[in-house]
Amino acid sequence: MATRVTTTSVAKIGVPDEAHEHRKPDSLTSRALRRLRRDKLTLVALAVLSLLVLFALLAPAFETWLNISYTDVQTDKTFLPYGSFPHILGTDDLGRDHFARLLYGARVSLSIAALAAGLSLVIGVALGMVTGYYGGIIDDLNNWFIATLTSIPSLFLLLIVSALFIRTSTGSGVVPLILVLGLLGWTGTARLVRGETLSLRERDYVVAARSMGAGAARIMFIHILPNLFSVIIISLMIDIGSLILVEAALSFLGLGVKPPEPTWGNMLQAAREYFTRGVHLVIMPGVLIFTTVLCLYVIGDGLRDAFDPTSKD
Amino acid sequence: MVKYTLRRLLQAIPTFFGITLLTYMLMLAAPGDPVSLLTFGPSTTQAQRDALAAKLGVNDPAVIQYLRWLTGDDWMRRDTDGDGLSDQCIILACDADGDGVNEQPGDRRGIIRGDFGRSFTKPRNVVDMILERVPATFELGFISLAVGVLVGVPIGILAAVRRGSWFDSVTRIGAVVFSSIPIFWLGLILILLFGRVLFPDVSPNPFMMGGQCPPVLVGGCPPIQGRLVYLVLPVFVLASQGVAVFSRYMRASMLDVMQQDYMRTAYSKGLSGRTTWFKHGARNALIPIATFLGPSITGVLGGAVLTETIFSWPGLGRLGFESVVQQDFPVVMAFVIIGSLATILGYLLSDILYALIDPRIRFN
Repeated sequence: MATRVTTTSVAKIGVPDEAHEHRKPDSLTSRALRRLRRDKLTLVALAVLSLLVLFALLAPAFETWLNISYTDVQTDKTFLPYGSFPHILGTDDLGRDHFARLLYGARVSLSIAALAAGLSLVIGVALGMVTGYYGGIIDDLNNWFIATLTSIPSLFLLLIVSALFIRTSTGSGVVPLILVLGLLGWTGTARLVRGETLSLRERDYVVAARSMGAGAARIMFIHILPNLFSVIIISLMIDIGSLILVEAALSFLGLGVKPPEPTWGNMLQAAREYFTRGVHLVIMPGVLIFTTVLCLYVIGDGLRDAFDPTSKD
Repeated sequence: MVKYTLRRLLQAIPTFFGITLLTYMLMLAAPGDPVSLLTFGPSTTQAQRDALAAKLGVNDPAVIQYLRWLTGDDWMRRDTDGDGLSDQCIILACDADGDGVNEQPGDRRGIIRGDFGRSFTKPRNVVDMILERVPATFELGFISLAVGVLVGVPIGILAAVRRGSWFDSVTRIGAVVFSSIPIFWLGLILILLFGRVLFPDVSPNPFMMGGQCPPVLVGGCPPIQGRLVYLVLPVFVLASQGVAVFSRYMRASMLDVMQQDYMRTAYSKGLSGRTTWFKHGARNALIPIATFLGPSITGVLGGAVLTETIFSWPGLGRLGFESVVQQDFPVVMAFVIIGSLATILGYLLSDILYALIDPRIRFN
């Protein structure tokens, strides 16, 4: 935007500026992408995360290739250490392959976090945009509700909700957990989007659209939503990261996903019970949680820098 | 100042009201009812169950049940003639079960007067159970928060002053790393490291793998200076998050302050770098940190649930977790409401503190 203005004003005065004349005016997104391509740390994080997702997706292929299974109980092969071929990461208290369970755990943990983050994103963006745009009584009500929700320590709230609704549900508890995490996790996004919308709705192009008769829905979807893109994508990355931690904590306490469905959190819960016999089972689930969350936080930070209009090229 | 504090207190009332409403609605929506939980024995007759249901009022409309839980029922059913049966009733019927005899007068004082009822699993008042756990959690939480601030803030200042140096890079990476580590896993790894790898054959272990003090039959725990070893690991786990958060914010705040005009003025009049950074810079950069103290109480309380469970710390978090598992609803409700009150109070205090130390803020 700024570049474009300078170019035209320079051209009007008639002083040719080589550097500006040959450069196409960039959009914020193309500038952000260019910066991202030079940000090595973010690229490494992106690569590690993609590798992890790829491994999780290929879990069944690994099973057939190594002739292992994440569900097969082998009572004669419990607590095998690392490197006991074909169980490259050993076996757990029931003789199930640790590597395969980690891969399937990745599928469950990542999809819970991603779907819950998606759900809270939709709620947060919708509420934030509507309350920021209209203001007034709905804004006050929404603010009161957010203040209430955030005054309850989030783990306390999750503890009671999951004790009431997940423990009593039949099945593995994956779907209720996604709903609970998604329905309780939107407050941060809503606040952020509301703030952005408050400033966006006063911009000249929004005023112009309104003066030409655009309705509220059109302004919100065509003029405001695209400008929220960077805010949304950054908070999505950070949210998925913190939701992985929350899911792991809940499953570790036995209030999240129920065994035998593996997640990194409930694998650690089982490992804690057999602490003295299966030390190797404590290491990897934690390392994977930590790596994934770290990558997501680094990507989130990298995106924030890349989209920051005040940072230099 | 007084006016500002009062206004903030008034603003906290609807929030508190919302919290009670939300937790009560959750409880009502939960499967299972208190009557069958309390009268589990096979010898209980249906008539006894009905009488208990009438006494507890579980069949009343939800609004009345909520009102009863919030404000108590001692003013709803009163006994004025001293025969042990109620005779002045508002909102509730005196003879709720319709057997021709009036019910006993109400004895609940409601949560706004500090009465959370009795536990389902133990023959005790919920308030007593909660209060005896508060000191342990306060001890752990306060020390962890203090360590978080006292370590995190200097790191943040130094990182900002030496921006781009190796110290800056290491501490920035460290902050992201520690906020990505699940704290329960950190606890497990520490137990593994100190219990199995470093001191496998030392008994008792020099870092004590759990508990708050040596097990004793009477007398309770010795004063805190006598059992510091028990605090090392749990405080490390809980404070690691605080150090990460405070160092990050302090660095950002300090970088912001260093670009201010008064800093340039201080340099240009010939003050040394050290005086400028610490007397002019750090003191101003500390002001926004006051606002993070409130929210960090939430983090400490949530972290306490996990840390106390792993290190067998006899605090509020573990009580809450155990009550959740045992479905002891009165304790769970009290746990959530007291945790929320602590959070509201934390936000309130940090707002007031902020207004107090920053003279640029006007109270209107």
